Amino acid sequence: MINIKLQKRLHSANGPIQLDVNIDIQRGDLVSLFGVSGAGKTTLLRMLAGLTVPDSGSLIVDGVTWFDSRKKICLSPQQREIGFVFQDYALFPNLSVRANVAYAVTTQQAVWIDQLLAMTGLTELQDRLPGILSGGQKQRVTLARALARKPKLLLLDEPLSALDADMRAQLQDELASLHHQSGLTTILVSHDMGEVFKLAQQVHVIEQGTVTQSGSPAEVFLQQRVAGQLNLRAQVLAIRREEVVFVLSLLVGQDIVEIIASQDEVEGLKTGDTISISTKAFSPLIFK
Amino acid sequence: MNWLESLLRSMPDLQPLWLTFRLAGLTTCILLVIGIPLSYWLAYTPNRFKPVLETLVSMPLVLPPSVLGFYLLLAFSPQNAFGHWLEIALGWKLVFSFPGLVLGSVIFSLPFMVHPLQSGLQNLPMSLIEASRTLGKSDLYSLFRVLLPNCRSALLSGIVLSFAHTVGEFGVVLMIGGNIPGLTKVASIAIYDEVESLNYPAAHFYAMILFVISFAILLLVYINNKRMLKML
Repeated sequence: MINIKLQKRLHSANGPIQLDVNIDIQRGDLVSLFGVSGAGKTTLLRMLAGLTVPDSGSLIVDGVTWFDSRKKICLSPQQREIGFVFQDYALFPNLSVRANVAYAVTTQQAVWIDQLLAMTGLTELQDRLPGILSGGQKQRVTLARALARKPKLLLLDEPLSALDADMRAQLQDELASLHHQSGLTTILVSHDMGEVFKLAQQVHVIEQGTVTQSGSPAEVFLQQRVAGQLNLRAQVLAIRREEVVFVLSLLVGQDIVEIIASQDEVEGLKTGDTISISTKAFSPLIFK
Repeated sequence: MNWLESLLRSMPDLQPLWLTFRLAGLTTCILLVIGIPLSYWLAYTPNRFKPVLETLVSMPLVLPPSVLGFYLLLAFSPQNAFGHWLEIALGWKLVFSFPGLVLGSVIFSLPFMVHPLQSGLQNLPMSLIEASRTLGKSDLYSLFRVLLPNCRSALLSGIVLSFAHTVGEFGVVLMIGGNIPGLTKVASIAIYDEVESLNYPAAHFYAMILFVISFAILLLVYINNKRMLKML
């Protein structure tokens, strides 16, 4: 059980905001912190890791106080049993894949490192330097490295945001099975709704430094949307007139679609706009 | 080739050259020991007095060497309280001695070690040291295992430039070292000395060797890494 009560004043791009978070996390859960960038998600994760010092509050992990402003307790990142996966990987460029993974442990634990490398599919690459790996491979190395110390808490800061859609989907599956196997309490910072829906058991939506919604992803994301409508966010790529109607070329996720629109709908619309399209969701065709 | 013949006939004393390289080598070693922690501190400290220290480190870049030499001479002089204390308490006689030269050179070449190292460290992403911290390692361990190996080129340019700059120094050495053969008479001073006594072949001998060595060192730096000199 992790008990988080932390406050910190932040200077975001939109002026100062007060980060004030009060949540509990069950042991073994995969919990997601969800929100737009600048909301304070990463700062919260860094405060859990001890990389950023909160202004006030307390942080208790399995009965051990990691931070308490009143008792003047603040464990250093080294003293907290965590694994942290950085958005930019932060692999050590001078060390081989194996040396990166084994960085945190003693040489006697070679068997455990072999296991980790096998688990993350890196056995073949273990003697390479990180510089020549692909994004997905790098992210696997950071994951293995973070797990090497057998942490109590795994902290992931937008771990898959730099990857393309296919690689992201593949790593999401791996992350899910890794979490399932290890039973590690995991906190995932993300702004990708699909990712959160797929991976997390609990989601906390953070807006302007405070938690505005908590619950399972289904509860949080589907709450207002069970109106029998399929809502999609799309970006306008082109607008062209054909006879009496307009044809809109739209980017939906990674797909390009064309839809017919009337003159009224096209009014005021220009290329690059983000729009919302909705259609009845009662009888869609479903494929796998 | 008149001068070459006369040079071969009377080979000049090699001691000034030997002294120069001993001074430069020793200075570079001491600068490594001082420069690494100093540049690490300067690269990461949030301390508001950092600009003051940065200014002090950079002073030898703009100060005439004679000014620095003059104040070091005054400070080390046994007639002054500090120099007197050094001599009584520690038994150090720094004026007109080799240890005095080393100390002067260390101060004079300090920016040439600290600047490349500091910018090398600052150019590394902060997440490297943070990742090392979350993996349970101390900052000292991170410095030697991760940070320094990843700014090798900065380290190399610091070493090479400190060495080359010490080889080329003149003003500071003349002020606090004087011109004692075998003790403080380094090659740059020997050249001046030979020219004054109109012994041009000997001056040529020293000058040519310094020229070739300086050229070779800088060539090495440029071949190795074009970015190195930009760090200064």
